[in-house]
Amino acid sequence: MEDMLLYDRLQFAFTITFHYIFPQLTMGLSMLIVYFKWRYLRNNDERYNTTATFLMKIFAINFTMGVVTGIPMEFQFGTNWAKFSELTGGIIGQTLAMEGMFSFFLESSFLALFIYGEKLMGQKLHFLTGLLVFLGSWASGWFILATNAWMQHPVGYEILDNGKYVLTHFGALFKNPWLIPAFLHNQMASLVTSSFVVASIGAFYVLQEKHVNYGKLMLKTGVVFGAISSLLIIFPTGDWNAKNVVKHQPASFAAMEGIFHTEDAGAEIVLIGQPNMLEKKLDNKIAVPNVLSFLTYQNWDTQIVGMDQFKKEELPTNVPALYYAYHIMVGLGTVFIGIMLLAVFFLWRKKLFTLKPLLWTIMFLVPFPYIANLTGWYVAELGRQPYLVYGLLKTADGISPTVSSGNTLFTLLGFVGLYLLLGILFLLLVGKVVFQGPESQKH
Amino acid sequence: MEIFWYSIIGIVLVVFFVLDGYDFGTGIVHLFFAKTEKDKAVISKAAGLFWDSNEVWLVAGGGMLFMAFPTFYASVFSGFYLPLIIVLWLIVFRAIGLELRTQFNFSMWKTIWDKAFGVSSLLLTLFFGIALGNIVRGVNLGGVVEGKSLYEAHFFFLPLWDSSFSPLSTTPGVIDWFTIIIGIIAVVTLTIHGANWVILKTNASINEKLKKIVFKLNIVLIILTVFSLIVWLQVNPKALNNFADKPYLIVFPIVYLIGLFGLFGVQKFKKESTALLFSTLLIVGGITSSLASMFPVLLPATNTVNPSLDIYNTAASEYGLSVAMSWGILGFILLFVYMIIQKRLMGGKIDAMDYGH
Repeated sequence: MEDMLLYDRLQFAFTITFHYIFPQLTMGLSMLIVYFKWRYLRNNDERYNTTATFLMKIFAINFTMGVVTGIPMEFQFGTNWAKFSELTGGIIGQTLAMEGMFSFFLESSFLALFIYGEKLMGQKLHFLTGLLVFLGSWASGWFILATNAWMQHPVGYEILDNGKYVLTHFGALFKNPWLIPAFLHNQMASLVTSSFVVASIGAFYVLQEKHVNYGKLMLKTGVVFGAISSLLIIFPTGDWNAKNVVKHQPASFAAMEGIFHTEDAGAEIVLIGQPNMLEKKLDNKIAVPNVLSFLTYQNWDTQIVGMDQFKKEELPTNVPALYYAYHIMVGLGTVFIGIMLLAVFFLWRKKLFTLKPLLWTIMFLVPFPYIANLTGWYVAELGRQPYLVYGLLKTADGISPTVSSGNTLFTLLGFVGLYLLLGILFLLLVGKVVFQGPESQKH
Repeated sequence: MEIFWYSIIGIVLVVFFVLDGYDFGTGIVHLFFAKTEKDKAVISKAAGLFWDSNEVWLVAGGGMLFMAFPTFYASVFSGFYLPLIIVLWLIVFRAIGLELRTQFNFSMWKTIWDKAFGVSSLLLTLFFGIALGNIVRGVNLGGVVEGKSLYEAHFFFLPLWDSSFSPLSTTPGVIDWFTIIIGIIAVVTLTIHGANWVILKTNASINEKLKKIVFKLNIVLIILTVFSLIVWLQVNPKALNNFADKPYLIVFPIVYLIGLFGLFGVQKFKKESTALLFSTLLIVGGITSSLASMFPVLLPATNTVNPSLDIYNTAASEYGLSVAMSWGILGFILLFVYMIIQKRLMGGKIDAMDYGH
């Protein structure tokens, strides 16, 4: 049994991590493409249009990767988490089916039109197809977040005598207090990734002195969007989410922040330290007193409940992993704000394009928003443990009852091999598009 | 309400097999019949331009199945664990093949991805046929051994095969001689469908030859159809009772037969779309006849201890199904609008069309 749960979790974690590399870029990138296209309609500067088409090429590669790695996600609910599917399908099946119906079809149909149809339909319609691709990809995020919000904070359901959960209030799925903060936080994080990618390509062109006009345009747009979205992920969206966790999952909050002991006179905020689970304390800790209480309750002295107040079975199963995921996310988020504000400052002083150290930094920053996005999701998912549906269904009780660990390990290894190949090919393709540059679009 | 959702999901799956069916079939045609580089390029483009919007139907069908019949979804997806995951790998692999061939212009690169596309199309088609065979054959629900269930009544697990390869074995696997026959029927059907698609969408040099091949495969298909009916009655003597009880269901096999015999005119049709229409009828009729023979059962139990899964004992709550109906109808209206827009812009022969990304 233990092995089965481990392999099922590893397989899901691995496949969803790999999958989420792609949608996190496409959601934000579609917004930037719409922005470039809109600017082109306003100022008729061909550079904006070419950049939009160029970015759509990168979008398309990511979209394809998102589709092929997304189909296994949907199937795995049934293959590896059959008990969970059986119990909750009547509820979260609604939001998942709506994703297919309202966003996936929209996105894929209009993506094809955007790519093949520019000459056929004129610029205004072409802008409109871009806008629909953007709407489709954000709607997709909305329905997935609605599904996840129900697992984090179940609402609008009833449990029957036979143990099955049934939906009693459809509207509640979308009025879930967990949903809007999580959705906005997630979308802003996605915008961070895509702005950083655009800025990084821009920095590469400027430093390499190739396609410099486009490079400057992408760099400028990337850092402005990057600075705004970096600020928005911390405040207000990150703040809202933290308050939701304190309210609805207090044990996860204590574990995330590394608070082992309840402090009556205000809790400190931990900057660095390693959780020592044997002695129930943080080793090598650096912390600022009372700040956590202030951030959480706007009062320096409010008590924050520590892990000592919860029974072991209520605490997240892997405290150190959760703690690190959270601290990596927050730490990187803080660094992003610093770098992007600096970049915007030099852009305003008209020095950004010649400031090589900063350009190099921006160019190499590109993996980190991906790491921040993924660790953010780890916080949500590890924080929900030991539950699959918070308070209702334990993760261990959600797995497929008839699939043996040998079969799951076999498929896990298969996925690792296949996705390794896929990852290499993906880098090759995106690399090729970037090296060819925006002007190769013109026929 | 259960019947409404059963029909909707049935339609979505049939549409999936008709649409993705032609690009699977295109892959098989590519593997066996395309010889020159020019033909290979245009035939893989005939699938490459369309596969992703076709596969969206699979995602939509899966989502709806999850929502409307969660117990069936959970039971079947975990019970057919290995074949399903292998299907997922093949879907991924096929997509890589299609998308990568045009990226670099040297012959070894193209050969590799052409083979990936062709072989995975062939295997996927075979597996989908085998899946249909498994559904009509039924499984040992509850994992009954000597009159006792190992699992809850609606769960089961099937290995890929059992050493006897027989559907009559007490522990049949996914692959046995019966499901293999259905798999081969699927391959022949989709090869015909794919060939018709290639003829319609391209000016490939092998188009005339493909028409002859369709004609020959059609003869093979008639023989296989008759043969499969005989063995089906061996495996499940009650297989055709539904048609006797509800004679109006006979309309589905008639659709199949119209498709089958209509295709013999492939070399004489004035419009190339006529042949594709007949092979579409073939697929629609084939799948709906199989489903109709079982209705309202979704997955028969091969033991007498546990009940078969049907649309009533696996459905979500009445409330959930009726809410979903209201948004489902809206969704379908939107969907058909997109499809019409898309087909208008992408109609006609594709040889000269620019292969965007």
